[in-house]
Amino acid sequence: MKDIQKILEERILVLDGAMGTMLQRYKFTEEDFRGERFKDWTIPVQGNNDLLSITQPEAIKEVHRLYFEAGADIVETNTFSGTTIAMADYEMEELVYELNYQSAKIAKEVADEFTEKEPDKPRFVAGSIGPTNRTASMSPDVNDPGFRAVTFEELRVAYKQQVEALLDGGADILLVETIFDTLNAKAALFAIEEVKDERSIEVPIMISGTITDASGRTLSGQTAEAFLISVSHIPMLSVGFNCALGASQLTPHLEVLSQKSSFGISAHPNAGLPNAFGEYDETPEQMAEQIKEYMDKSLVNIIGGCCGTTPEHIKAIADLAKQYKPRSVEVTV
Amino acid sequence: MSSKEKIKYLKLSGLEPMIVSAETNFINVGERTNVAGSRKFLRLVKEEKFDEALDIARHQVEGGAQVIDINMDDGLIDGKDAMVRFLNLIMAEPDIARVPIMIDSSKWEIIEAGLQVVQGKCVVNSISLKEGEEEFIAHAKAIKRYGAAVIVMAFDEVGQADNYDRRIEISKRSYDILVHQLNFPPEDIIFDLNIFPVATGMEEHRKNAVDFIEATRWVRKNLAHCSVSGGVSNVSFSFRGNNVVREAMHSVFLYHAIKAGMNMGIVNPAMLEVYDDIPKDLLEHVEDVILDRRDDATERLLDFAESVKGTTKERVVDLSWREEPLQDRITRALVKGIDQYITEDVEEARLAADKPIEVIEGNLMTGMNVVGDLFGSGKMFLPQVVKSARVMKKAVAYLLPFIEEEKKQNAISGETIKENDSNGRILMATVKGDVHDIGKNIVSVVLGCNNYEIVDLGVMVPPEKIIQTAIDEQVDIIGLSGLITPSLDEMVHLAKEMERKNFNIPLLIGGATTSKAHTAVKIDPQYKNAVVHVNDASRAVTVVGDLLNKRSNQKYVGDLKEDYEKFRNGFLKRTKQKEYLTIEEARKNKYSIDWQNSEIITPKELGVKIIEDFDLKKLEPYIDWTPFFRSWDLHGKYPAILSDNVVGEQATSLFKDAQELLQKVFEEKLLGAKAVYGLFEANTVDDDDIEVSTEQGSFKFRTLRQQLKKHASKPNFALSDFIAPKESGIQDYIGCFCVSTGFGTKELAEAFEKDHDDYNSIMIKALADRLAEAFAEYLHKKIRTDDWGYAKDEELSNEELIKEVYKGIRPAPGYPACPDHLEKITIWELLQVNEQIGVELTESLAMWPAASVSGYYFGNSEARYFGLGKIKEDQVRDFAKRKSIDHQYAEKWLSPNILD
Repeated sequence: MKDIQKILEERILVLDGAMGTMLQRYKFTEEDFRGERFKDWTIPVQGNNDLLSITQPEAIKEVHRLYFEAGADIVETNTFSGTTIAMADYEMEELVYELNYQSAKIAKEVADEFTEKEPDKPRFVAGSIGPTNRTASMSPDVNDPGFRAVTFEELRVAYKQQVEALLDGGADILLVETIFDTLNAKAALFAIEEVKDERSIEVPIMISGTITDASGRTLSGQTAEAFLISVSHIPMLSVGFNCALGASQLTPHLEVLSQKSSFGISAHPNAGLPNAFGEYDETPEQMAEQIKEYMDKSLVNIIGGCCGTTPEHIKAIADLAKQYKPRSVEVTV
Repeated sequence: MSSKEKIKYLKLSGLEPMIVSAETNFINVGERTNVAGSRKFLRLVKEEKFDEALDIARHQVEGGAQVIDINMDDGLIDGKDAMVRFLNLIMAEPDIARVPIMIDSSKWEIIEAGLQVVQGKCVVNSISLKEGEEEFIAHAKAIKRYGAAVIVMAFDEVGQADNYDRRIEISKRSYDILVHQLNFPPEDIIFDLNIFPVATGMEEHRKNAVDFIEATRWVRKNLAHCSVSGGVSNVSFSFRGNNVVREAMHSVFLYHAIKAGMNMGIVNPAMLEVYDDIPKDLLEHVEDVILDRRDDATERLLDFAESVKGTTKERVVDLSWREEPLQDRITRALVKGIDQYITEDVEEARLAADKPIEVIEGNLMTGMNVVGDLFGSGKMFLPQVVKSARVMKKAVAYLLPFIEEEKKQNAISGETIKENDSNGRILMATVKGDVHDIGKNIVSVVLGCNNYEIVDLGVMVPPEKIIQTAIDEQVDIIGLSGLITPSLDEMVHLAKEMERKNFNIPLLIGGATTSKAHTAVKIDPQYKNAVVHVNDASRAVTVVGDLLNKRSNQKYVGDLKEDYEKFRNGFLKRTKQKEYLTIEEARKNKYSIDWQNSEIITPKELGVKIIEDFDLKKLEPYIDWTPFFRSWDLHGKYPAILSDNVVGEQATSLFKDAQELLQKVFEEKLLGAKAVYGLFEANTVDDDDIEVSTEQGSFKFRTLRQQLKKHASKPNFALSDFIAPKESGIQDYIGCFCVSTGFGTKELAEAFEKDHDDYNSIMIKALADRLAEAFAEYLHKKIRTDDWGYAKDEELSNEELIKEVYKGIRPAPGYPACPDHLEKITIWELLQVNEQIGVELTESLAMWPAASVSGYYFGNSEARYFGLGKIKEDQVRDFAKRKSIDHQYAEKWLSPNILD
């Protein structure tokens, strides 16, 4: 298979869209989430989307398939919450390895189907590594600003387990995403470097932060450039932003990354800003119209969608991406 | 190093980036947060007074430290614990955490613990070959993986480098291991080449400074991309007690070391003399020592030092600019906003000019053009420009009598005088029924500074007057401002009138409730020429410039119209996708409180109360400063804004001026504050109405209900949901209030304006607005904890108040939960507001004085703020019926919220 770094220099790669939005369409019940295997689980598990990789694997595969059909080069594994820290809510810490392994495995199966059919357009699987539900550099307690609900060491151990399972299951890329606290991401990167070192392998890494509001900063308060500097110690396939904002609100922050970074640049924005109901109602055409600005300005190498996006959005984006050359990437050491 | 290779810069980060490039010159590292460098810091950490220790960090950053060094190495401190605790606390302080951290320790476990709690890119201080290569390599690898830069001490197994050759030998060896063996980014390496004292009297110390400087030069030339750092105060160690000499030594040393390539270091800014300000004789003696230029340099400096010992420096205002040429002085006075000398300078210019008008067109406009350029390029901020305008107005006021006199002379001699040649004439007005004019005044001043002639009609200006004045004065642009929602309709009306009268000049729209959406959808289609929404003063200048540029304005107007049409179509398309419920359906989906189990507290006392002659000083802690800065176009949260990279300096200066005026207001009781409020029995009737019983009889508040179709389980709110329904049989309560701190504002503002001081005229209004909000906050707290007493034990900081974490709500008519202004009339009747405290309602139901706040109190713990959003025609009809008002009248008042 062709090296992804090479392909990245030749064309704009397309990442998939939202998993959660697609899964909502199935209207899975508590029973569906549990399946046969977890029918006696002591606490509710509805909403634990990662679990569906085990209990409803066909649905997950179907979503991957739809995104590949829409034109995605890369799909993300269904493992956004696949750490012992995030799984604690469902008391499923013991299942973390299996969840990640299984998610990577089924995604890879679908990817291989498509690569076989279309060998000149190889498909990739990015192991999705979410931010967990805790922050390492902020206190959840306003009265005790020095308190931390999670330590770097706890994060490093949890991320390392996730990384190992994703790689064992067949992930081609590791995607540390929706970073709202850079310190969490640094723990993930630390874990990845350890695994690379122990296994003597190289793995392409994508890093994607989240600008939470109009202030133009991450939740933990960093500007786009400060974020970039804080994660640039690791060789990356790409660095970028996802979630929280719609495509057009993300433009100025991507411009900063594009100017200041010699890595590839990625973006997977939401389908606009949520409306009063928390729904995303930007149509594929509206979203593609805004993403065209990225292309016209040569801002990105990898483009996809986050919350609210569907295969229709990805198709509109993929059709657009075909017409453009990627942003030129300096070869990094 | 190959000269073609691109230089890589050391990049660090806190919350913000810091890049050490050729342009940054010298990065100053603060070391007051080092237990070895500050006795006070050591004591505070020992006593676990971390809050005060944080203040030290903050002062350093405010004082200009670009990186802060933190060191907890002391025998009596648990260094690891102290490092983690202190860093965690710093991370919660954005005004400190914005700069990168230097984690300083001789113990690796402390360094590693520090690296694990900081999200930004730090500097580790330090590692060295002292304990051999193995440990050096292990630590360097870990540092790379944590993503930090590193200081490498010139130290090896043999000892510390103390001459030129050893410095080079150790740094070269360290570099080779790091860069060639470990692939460590060379730009992340900072060498500390050991600064040792000179003039110790020992022969072998003579070359300490020179060797450091020369080794620095070698490192920067031969070890590509690396930086050089050091602790500067060491060099003058032998002159402890003689600060005059020490300060001179520091600056001389730095001067030469920086030239050689030292680009970082620990320097106490208070212990530094300006190189050019060092007396020539002292400079010569110090340079002799630092550069080792004479055998007897040390003795000579020691002798000389006796003569300068103890002379304390006097800090005086630098007035050297007063010696500069006239135009430079005038320009400087305008740029810096100094009005102290402007009349004397203008007089000098007048005497030199043929005609007094030339001083305005020449000297003053030259200066104002500089101001305009600086503002346009983002190097000056709004408050500065308004100060510049104050100087300009003073200067013009001084010249006017001379100009008048000349006109008379010319009239006698038959000569005509050239009219003042302005860029254009702009009419500015706050529309009928609205009294808010801070934004409008700021835009007027800024445009005035850019040589536009402003015809300011003030507040509450009827449309006929705007139209007539525009015709009479032949203005080039009309600018309208408004803050309350009914003003939006006034603007639409005015656009229609302009169309009807066949106007052909652009219309500018601004003010807090205006938006591009409203302008595009409602105003722009009414008028054939350009309608532009402008919400900040700096944009106003460029927009007006483009609109009046005779060569290109036709295309510009065309583009604008097209842009607004596109925006309008996009907007209309978007809003249509949402689904709405009928009012009946929405009522079925109301927010239900479990009334049988809901705690309802009976107020201590029911009825109306009045507060007069309130001491404003009490409101100081309740002031929310963030909106104050926003009203001056300075965006950012208080207090962080005071140390903001871009606007911090300006915000600080503005804040200082505001404080001065505020204290004056307090001391001289310049503003009057009054309040009227009441608590009453109340129950909800017919779903959406709140029936209030008082001694005077019964009143009804008509609330409005959200009609957007929501997700399952999300209710459609109306304020009435927070009051127990009559049929529940439970007696509930409601409160309402009006506070004002605006009494006297108008007179004060006028007095300032008379004195050509727009700056303070705007300032007093902005402050009065803040005080009114603070008064509302204060009164609400009093209601919660005392009068109503449903939250007797609450203890909330001001910050928490601003974030509205208190129990219960105080929504205000005209704001999102109840955008309908009509209910104000009911509040006015209920509390007899006008009669009791003299706050009036205008025809658009704005409050006068402007600095007033009114609203309701809801005490239920489930009461919350929400936004009404769009409502449907059926609710408008229902509302009109409930209120027994004409349907069209209801439509007029609710129009901003009615679904199109």
